[in-house]
Parts: sequence; structure tokens; C-alpha cells
Amino acid sequence: MGLAVGLSGVAFGAAAVTAGLSVPQACVLSLLAFTGASQFALTGAVGAGGDLVAATAGALLLGSRNTLYGLRLADLLRVRGVRRLVAAQGVIDETTAVSLAQPDPAAARAGFVATFASLYVTWNLTTLAGAFGTSFLGDPGVLGLDAVGPAAFLAILWPRLASGPELRRLAAVAVAVALCATPFLPPGVPVLLSAAAVLVVMAR
Amino acid sequence: MTLWWAIAALCAGCYALKLAGLAAPRRVLDHPGVRRFAELVPVALLAALIAVQVFTEEGGLHVDPARTAGLGAAAVALLLRAPFLVVLAAAAVVTALARILLG
Repeated sequence: MGLAVGLSGVAFGAAAVTAGLSVPQACVLSLLAFTGASQFALTGAVGAGGDLVAATAGALLLGSRNTLYGLRLADLLRVRGVRRLVAAQGVIDETTAVSLAQPDPAAARAGFVATFASLYVTWNLTTLAGAFGTSFLGDPGVLGLDAVGPAAFLAILWPRLASGPELRRLAAVAVAVALCATPFLPPGVPVLLSAAAVLVVMAR
Repeated sequence: MTLWWAIAALCAGCYALKLAGLAAPRRVLDHPGVRRFAELVPVALLAALIAVQVFTEEGGLHVDPARTAGLGAAAVALLLRAPFLVVLAAAAVVTALARILLG
């Protein structure tokens, strides 16, 4: 998984520079935001010429799924004080998936720490490499790096799609909402709007 | 709003969102509605994000054949139960090859 995140990191660095961010801006995002989907969402919207406020709001809403992960992890990790402040930065898709897959809380904590530490180092180093390399490479599309972000999202989504027809229907509705809204709303907003599909499913 | 301000806002906001989940009172998680919402929201957001990143360009619908082929390759790799890295590599390689072949 470290290698895969490394590939995503290169893809993010490349995407950020292509979208018009500087190398330091790409690196600050990876160091401090440290949540790939939101970072891709912001740079994607910036690259598409979207309004910065809408782009930031969209990326933040996407980041709100980390709040939900945090809720699920709080019981497993049981961290307080400074350790909680540090652990919070590590609450992302991959660490949550690893922690929840462990048989007991001790293994979950160990899995969380190992995954967080290795991914944090990998993600930041590869972001730097991708952002820096793109200055020389030019177009990251030549290497197909623009497909890496969506492929990573699909891989995260896949086990949930396999778990039942209801989640597959939800995903299909979310795709339809986002695509239909795209011509009419600034970049970043259609993805937010797709979350409304959840309310429809929950109301049934 | 300059790009640096957007980046600062996103960094601060993302951290606050992560911390809020860890620090929230346990009662919140015990609520069945919250649990269900927590399961469903990522599915909707991830699906929408894939669609937007693959099938739109500059605020309009646009099918990029190479990127679509790359996503297809990722789906095939997932069907074959390939590891995460193979899925990402398949997407990148197929997209790059398709661009060369399609010019």
C-alpha cells in the first residue's frame, strides 16, 4: 500500500503543479492537509478555473468524511491530550481501513501508527518528487498520472460496492447527480451536491 | 482570496474535521442515524469524485478516451482482485498507452 500511495503522491504533486500551484504550495498541502481526496479536489477545481471559495468548500466537505472515520476510530484508539492532537492528523481513508480490519484494539492501534507514519513520510516525499519532476517533465498526462487519482478512489470504493445493491445504487445516483450538475455549478460543488443522494437513500 | 489563503483554509479545516471526529462525545456514534450516514457519505462522494475527475473537463461533460480506458483497466484489475498498487499502475499505464495509440 505504501508503494500505491507513493504513486498517488507523485500523481498529486504533478497534478498540483499542472493546475498552477507552486512546488511549496503542493508540499504544504501534503504536509498539513494530508488527505489525498481533498487535495486532489482543490487542485482539480483550481486547474479547472473554479472559484477558490467554492473549491475550498468542496475540498473541505470531502474532508468531512475524515470526521466520520474519527468517530469510528475514537473507540479503538482511545487517545487523549497531545497524542490525540497528533493522531488526528492521521485519520484518513487508509489508516481507517487498516485499523478497522484488525481483530482487536491493540492490533488496531499498532496498525494505525504504522500506517500513519509510513504513509505520511511516503506521501510527502512523493508529492515533492512529483511536483518537482513535473517542472522538467511538462505534461503528466503523458505518463497517465491523471488516471491514478480516480483509480485510487475506485479501489477505496470497490469493497463497499461489492457489499450490496443498495450501496451500488447510491454510487450510481451520486455519479448521475455530479455529472448532471457539472455544466451548471462551479467546480467542486457538484461533488458536494451528490452527498444529497445519501439523504434520499436514508429516507427510504 | 489568493491561492495561499485557500490552501491555509483547507489545511486548517481538514485538521479540524479530523480532530472533531476523534474528540466527539461517544453518544454521537451510538446514534444509528449517524452510523448509517458515516457509512453512506463516503460512497456517494467517492463515486461522484471519480465521475467528475474522469468525465468532466473545464466545467463541462467530456469523455477523455485514454482516461476512460485507464479507469476501465483499474476496474478489471479490481475484478481480478489485484493489489492496490497494481490497480493504480494499470490505470496509469493503460492511460499512457492509449494516449500514444490515439495520438
